[in-house]
Amino acid sequence: MSLRIENLWKSFRHGPGYQHVLRGVELTIESQSFVSLIGHSGCGKSTLLNIIGGLTKADAGQVLIDGVAVTEPGPDRSFVFQHYSLLPRLTMVDNVSVAVRNARPEWDRVRADDHVERYLTAVGLWDHRQKKPGQVSGGMQQRCAVARAFAVEPRVLLLDEPFGALDALTRGRLQQQLVELWQSGSDTEIVLMVTHGVDEAVLLSDRIVVMGNPPRESILEELTVALPRPRTPDMVALDPVGRATVSSLLGLLGAPVEESISPASLAVVGA
Amino acid sequence: MSPQIPDSAKLIRTPMALPTMSLPVARTVLDDVRPHLVSPPPMPPRPSRMKAAAASVLWAFLGIAVVIALWAWASTRVKDLPSPLATFQELRRLLADPFRNDGPNDQGVGLQMLGSLGRVGRGFVLAVLVGVPLGLTIGANKRAWKAANPIIQLLRPVSPLAWFPIWLITVRNAPKAAVIVIFITALWPIILNAAAGAASIPDDQRNVARVFRFNKRTYVRHVLLPNAMPNIVTGMRLSMGVAWMVIVAVEMLSGGMGIGFFVWDAYNALNLARVIAAIVLIGCVGFLLDLAFLRLGRKVALPGATS
Repeated sequence: MSLRIENLWKSFRHGPGYQHVLRGVELTIESQSFVSLIGHSGCGKSTLLNIIGGLTKADAGQVLIDGVAVTEPGPDRSFVFQHYSLLPRLTMVDNVSVAVRNARPEWDRVRADDHVERYLTAVGLWDHRQKKPGQVSGGMQQRCAVARAFAVEPRVLLLDEPFGALDALTRGRLQQQLVELWQSGSDTEIVLMVTHGVDEAVLLSDRIVVMGNPPRESILEELTVALPRPRTPDMVALDPVGRATVSSLLGLLGAPVEESISPASLAVVGA
Repeated sequence: MSPQIPDSAKLIRTPMALPTMSLPVARTVLDDVRPHLVSPPPMPPRPSRMKAAAASVLWAFLGIAVVIALWAWASTRVKDLPSPLATFQELRRLLADPFRNDGPNDQGVGLQMLGSLGRVGRGFVLAVLVGVPLGLTIGANKRAWKAANPIIQLLRPVSPLAWFPIWLITVRNAPKAAVIVIFITALWPIILNAAAGAASIPDDQRNVARVFRFNKRTYVRHVLLPNAMPNIVTGMRLSMGVAWMVIVAVEMLSGGMGIGFFVWDAYNALNLARVIAAIVLIGCVGFLLDLAFLRLGRKVALPGATS
């Protein structure tokens, strides 16, 4: 499949004037790739994600999936939001199965239930399936949201700062799980993630799209991360390729580039 | 007499040879931590529920006592104002046989109260059945809101009693007309609060419903209703409060039925003690109604923020 973004414009009213958030964005994303959108607050990365998801309408330009323009949300794309966004009254298993049954009305009961069980098991929540979101930790809620997103078998998975609200240990585990889920037999061809974390982008992505705030152009640069998979956080911090990618990212984002980046550094921009 | 120690406890303790073994101590939670401690651990002060409740009751009685004292003093100054004692005796007389029925013009206070409650109940249920769906619709739909809001804002400030003549003439039945007045009274707060509830659905839940393409039924059941329910119950509580006030006025106007008529009848007999006794009873019933909806509101409250 192919995901193509053509000359996309979006402005928001801002005080007396307008803020031009997306300024003629051109982007092509190949199948079987994990792409991160990174940039400071207000650069339009979340807006771009929402337009691809069909939640926001662009002022001009279009998003094409296999040549077909996106106008509304569809089962070929699913979302993981920053704040988990589980329905608080439903148990975890109901959260996933309600989503699957509505997004995939054409699936029969057996297939839907099978998907719910497979992905809840994959994120280690099958034993906790009868708990409600309020009874479990933020990390477990986000795992449930990830299971929900995968369970509808989207071709494009859209992640809006999925690990932003989690502590460092939970984040690391969940990053690992996400990549494993994506690579082990899911039908998801493209993962598109909005993030603030430089290390996170390098750890997870095949390609990183660096976005700029006005008056610079929307897309400053596209970097390829040439690290082999499977990756570990150590590779980002110690491997020469990883370190070079991190420092060029920091340079593009306007952060001071240090000669040596300590392995313990947690580079976060705009958070 | 040696203390009864369960076998399981012996198993754990015998090898440790704790000195407390020989003492006839009561088994407490302390036993579980004793092996680690030389002396009992310091405990946080335990807030006493009994004490707090007792204090509340005490202060409530103090407040009531002050009001009754002022009233007693006023009754010595104002001609025709019955004393608290006279009122209390009247109250006891009323409650001695509340359900007596000696013809349509001489019914016990309990019977009249039940009649009023029945009319309020019918009008209220009708208002819920109409107002909740209507409110949810106009809260969820901007166009419906724009269409309905001007009418609501125009009619809402009108005293529901102003409608009474219309219904008296059109339905030709005073009890039914009273029910319709209660329906109109209760309708506005229910509509407006249901609309506020429907409009207050968090963006993230809206987005989830859109991304996973929830059908109408799923949306109403899992997103709209759970989020709107606290507001709906608040609207019900407000409208019940107003309805209970309005029913007294309606029945005073119509005569012949209910607690409002009971009060008016007592006035015509120049029995102010009975009027005040009835006011106390009306207050008690209203308080209980409000309490019931407050409880219901706590039940439907959404689980706290999950982040």
